Amino acid sequence: MSSITELMPFIVLIPLIAGPICALLPGRALPWLLTTVSMATAFVLSAMTLAAVFDGATLSYAFGNWAPPVGIEYRVDAANAFVALLITGVASVLLPWGRPIVDAEVPERQGSFYALLLIALAGLLGITLTGDVFNVFVFLEISSLATYGLIAHGRDRRALLAAFRYLIMGTVGATFLLIGIAFLYILTGTLNMADLATRLPSTEASRAMQVALGFIVVGLAIKLALFPLHHWLPNAYTYAPSLISALLAATATKVALYVMLRFIYDVFEPGYSFTALPLSAALMVMALGGMFAGSWLAMMQTNLKRMLAYSSVAQVGYMVLGVSLVTLAGLTAAFLHLFNHGLMKAALFASAGLVAWRCGSVRLEDMRGIGREMPWTLTAFALAGVSLIGIPPTAGFISKWYLISAAMEDGQIWLVVLILITSLMALVYIARVVEIAWLQPRPDDAPAVQEAHWTLLVPVWLLVAANFWFGIDTRLTVGGASMAAEALVGGRLLP
Amino acid sequence: MAEWLHPALLLMLGALPLGVLQGRSRQVWQLALPLLVLLLVVALPDGARVTLHFAGVELTPLRADGLSLVFAYIFALILFIGNIFALQVDDGAQHVAATLYAASGLGAVLAGDLITLYVFWEIMMISSVWLIWRRRRQSAYDAGFRYLIIHALGGMLLLAGIIAYWLHTGSLAFEPLQGGGPAFWLILVAFLINAAAPPLHAWLPDAYPEATVTGTVFLSAFTTKTAVYVLARGFPGTELLVWLGVLMTLYGVTYAFLVNDIRRLLAYHIVSQVGYMVAGVGLGSALAISGTAAHAFTHILYKALLLMGAGAVLQMTGRSRLTELGGLYRSMPITFLLYMVGGLSISAFPLFSGFVSKTMIIEAAAVEGRAVVFLLMTLAGVGTFMSTTLKLPWYTFMGRDAGLRPPEAPLNMRVAMGIAALLCFVIGILPGWLYAILPYPVDYNAYTASHLIKEMELLLFTGLAFFLLLGVLGGKDKLSLDLDWFYRVPGRQAVLALRNWIVTADGTVRGAFMRVFRQAEDATTHLRLSGWPLRSWPTGSMALWTAIVLATLLVFGLGR
Repeated sequence: MSSITELMPFIVLIPLIAGPICALLPGRALPWLLTTVSMATAFVLSAMTLAAVFDGATLSYAFGNWAPPVGIEYRVDAANAFVALLITGVASVLLPWGRPIVDAEVPERQGSFYALLLIALAGLLGITLTGDVFNVFVFLEISSLATYGLIAHGRDRRALLAAFRYLIMGTVGATFLLIGIAFLYILTGTLNMADLATRLPSTEASRAMQVALGFIVVGLAIKLALFPLHHWLPNAYTYAPSLISALLAATATKVALYVMLRFIYDVFEPGYSFTALPLSAALMVMALGGMFAGSWLAMMQTNLKRMLAYSSVAQVGYMVLGVSLVTLAGLTAAFLHLFNHGLMKAALFASAGLVAWRCGSVRLEDMRGIGREMPWTLTAFALAGVSLIGIPPTAGFISKWYLISAAMEDGQIWLVVLILITSLMALVYIARVVEIAWLQPRPDDAPAVQEAHWTLLVPVWLLVAANFWFGIDTRLTVGGASMAAEALVGGRLLP
Repeated sequence: MAEWLHPALLLMLGALPLGVLQGRSRQVWQLALPLLVLLLVVALPDGARVTLHFAGVELTPLRADGLSLVFAYIFALILFIGNIFALQVDDGAQHVAATLYAASGLGAVLAGDLITLYVFWEIMMISSVWLIWRRRRQSAYDAGFRYLIIHALGGMLLLAGIIAYWLHTGSLAFEPLQGGGPAFWLILVAFLINAAAPPLHAWLPDAYPEATVTGTVFLSAFTTKTAVYVLARGFPGTELLVWLGVLMTLYGVTYAFLVNDIRRLLAYHIVSQVGYMVAGVGLGSALAISGTAAHAFTHILYKALLLMGAGAVLQMTGRSRLTELGGLYRSMPITFLLYMVGGLSISAFPLFSGFVSKTMIIEAAAVEGRAVVFLLMTLAGVGTFMSTTLKLPWYTFMGRDAGLRPPEAPLNMRVAMGIAALLCFVIGILPGWLYAILPYPVDYNAYTASHLIKEMELLLFTGLAFFLLLGVLGGKDKLSLDLDWFYRVPGRQAVLALRNWIVTADGTVRGAFMRVFRQAEDATTHLRLSGWPLRSWPTGSMALWTAIVLATLLVFGLGR
């Protein structure tokens, strides 16, 4: 137990230290190797950490031996460990997949590219593990700045504009978060989450506290791409290099959701958060808006990556809908979908990345009849799509089952209807791609396309297999999600 | 041993090699696999059960009892016959889809809990749509897409119903559902979509005629019959189903008069025949449920036979419209004769299989004193004879010679039709075989004098009317053909009104169904062309939205 407490900070430290080293490494092979090895190590450590907290324990590590309320503390329970496992796991699978694609998309100065990637991941992991609210802000800025740089690496010139727009929105979000944190500091004089959680209830409820909560929730909602604050996301995902699209889609919004939940449930009490502001109603409206607008816009898109990006907006809606129910079952469903959606989107973006690489375009009209030329890639896409729609036996089905159960337990049958309608919309946009890729004939003047090498297909199929595995064996996902939800609620009363 | 090797699982694993194997080895495997599964199913003892404890719930992936075994036998059998029919088709995807489809049907009827049922239900949807799409025509793609969406909707209703049932009762076992409550209605509607009950039937005549020649044979067997099974399992004795079933029998028959495409005509007769079964489920007595199972058994055989005959005509001539066909008996005599066996079976002609099963359901209605149900079902039987056994073959094989001289259908197709025809005939003369495997022991004799006289009178007079009118009416005016015939029946006003109402209602429902799709498609195209959904939002508006969200949250929060 104690040894894992000592090792746990290295989940963040390894990529953080490896990043600057990576920037100095020459050539292509070394930076990639260092990145992959660091993420694989972090993955092993995350798995060990989750195993250690799976029984409800909390690990605490004080940096530099400064005692927690003053020094920076890493505080890990099932909720953080679950998210950290998702980030490191997806990154470890995607990096072997992304190497030749990065070679094609970022031919020059790969050392700095991988350095940025490591720092972005270190930032995301730092947000996840830290127990200090100011540290959250710092890591948020670290990961965001690195991400802007990564998106700007996209081959398309529009990537620059997408990165700039994300920069503006991301800065607005981070500033909102900082304003909220500042309010909290003024009110309580502490920045440690656990300390805040004990001091806030005894602090006299004030307008300032409400405003702090509002700023924090809205600031994080931007990073979460919650409708209608999602405008930065489609372009960023579409024009970023394929590896970055896949990684961001699987991890970045998940981390934002986790922090938001940490603030709502742990720093503030749920009893306070949901009564001081109409959070439940606001989150539900935005979630439903996201589910419908996202799915509907996804149906309209002519670019595969952009379609998947809008689908992410819709899927974020599902997670937030679970949160807005303010029940333990709803929170479990949100955590479950957080993990499962990471798996399915990683698989979808990974196969879309292979199409972009071999075919040179992800416009749907250029993908006509490509299923016969790249059968393994497109079959992986279709199977991951089955998971996205939520057909058994896939992880997506498990998510849908828990979300619908949560809505029904709460007596909100109309939500079930809306969930079902949006799943139908997901069926439409996935089936559209399948139809174009498999059923339409390849135009005669289309360039010949070759299937990707099997070494690249293995990671994609690993992700697809994970979608099916976690659709059948739900001990890790459902167990982890319910542990995470219980860790956040921590025996407090839900309003 | 047999209990642990789940037939559906074996079939699913066995489907995979079909995508890789070529030529002779593929054909051998195509025949060996269904036989293997048939043996496995026959070896299943009545009362076999496999229970798994899984993630905190108890699943029963295998439950073999009287009701599920009848369906399992016929599903394995029809896969064998259908595979013979499809032997010459060189399309791996289609064979894999058909086998997976059969496996999911088999899995669904053997499922003892709702989760397993739902899993197979969804696999059934996904595999069957490929049988439509592999026709490789734009109209088939579109029809397949509509089929997919309707069934996905049904699947989602089923899922919602299962969850509601689970939260309500804490059990997932698939047993008769008690009346009322959201779970009851959600699951019932989901089942009725697959049973093609009006007004949820539009997908069937829309999609089945668009499927591949061999695909339609499989389609006609599994989806609707699985729905009949789950209705019989979950909703026996539901009064609503009696009337819905009667409506279906008349609906299908009436509309079948009006269509020109031979496979669409037969598709409407699926609706009609499934109506008998749905009504049988609604009656709910032991005789009615047994009759339903028996009718599902015989129906799968003769409907497959009919669709194989129609498919053979389509395959050899490339045409499927009544108005473009005619006189084919000269060049396709065997197909014609075998088709007629199917036609006589569906019309419940004595000595053929339909007679021994359909009369059971009608008898069950009579025993319970349901005079109206009895009469309306008998009336629908007349219509069936009229269009399937007289009109379709007359305009396809006899009648005006369209000048077509196609060769006879390939040997494997004739063999498949021959086996199905033989079974129709054997069941017709030796019904004891069929009665022995029914869910409830029945003491029923189809060959009583009263049954024989009633059926023969009906059929002979129908035939007489048809041929009397034939000379007067000619080929094209099919609408007045049935109309004039009805004039000779007492109570014609009621019948006419019903018929018109059904035709209008069907037209409205189908029209609305198609219109919604077309409007959605138009709107989508329009929007996509306008580029509105594709545009990027200016940064300023993104910031504005942020401000709006924050302001709204605070106004509502602080204002309280």
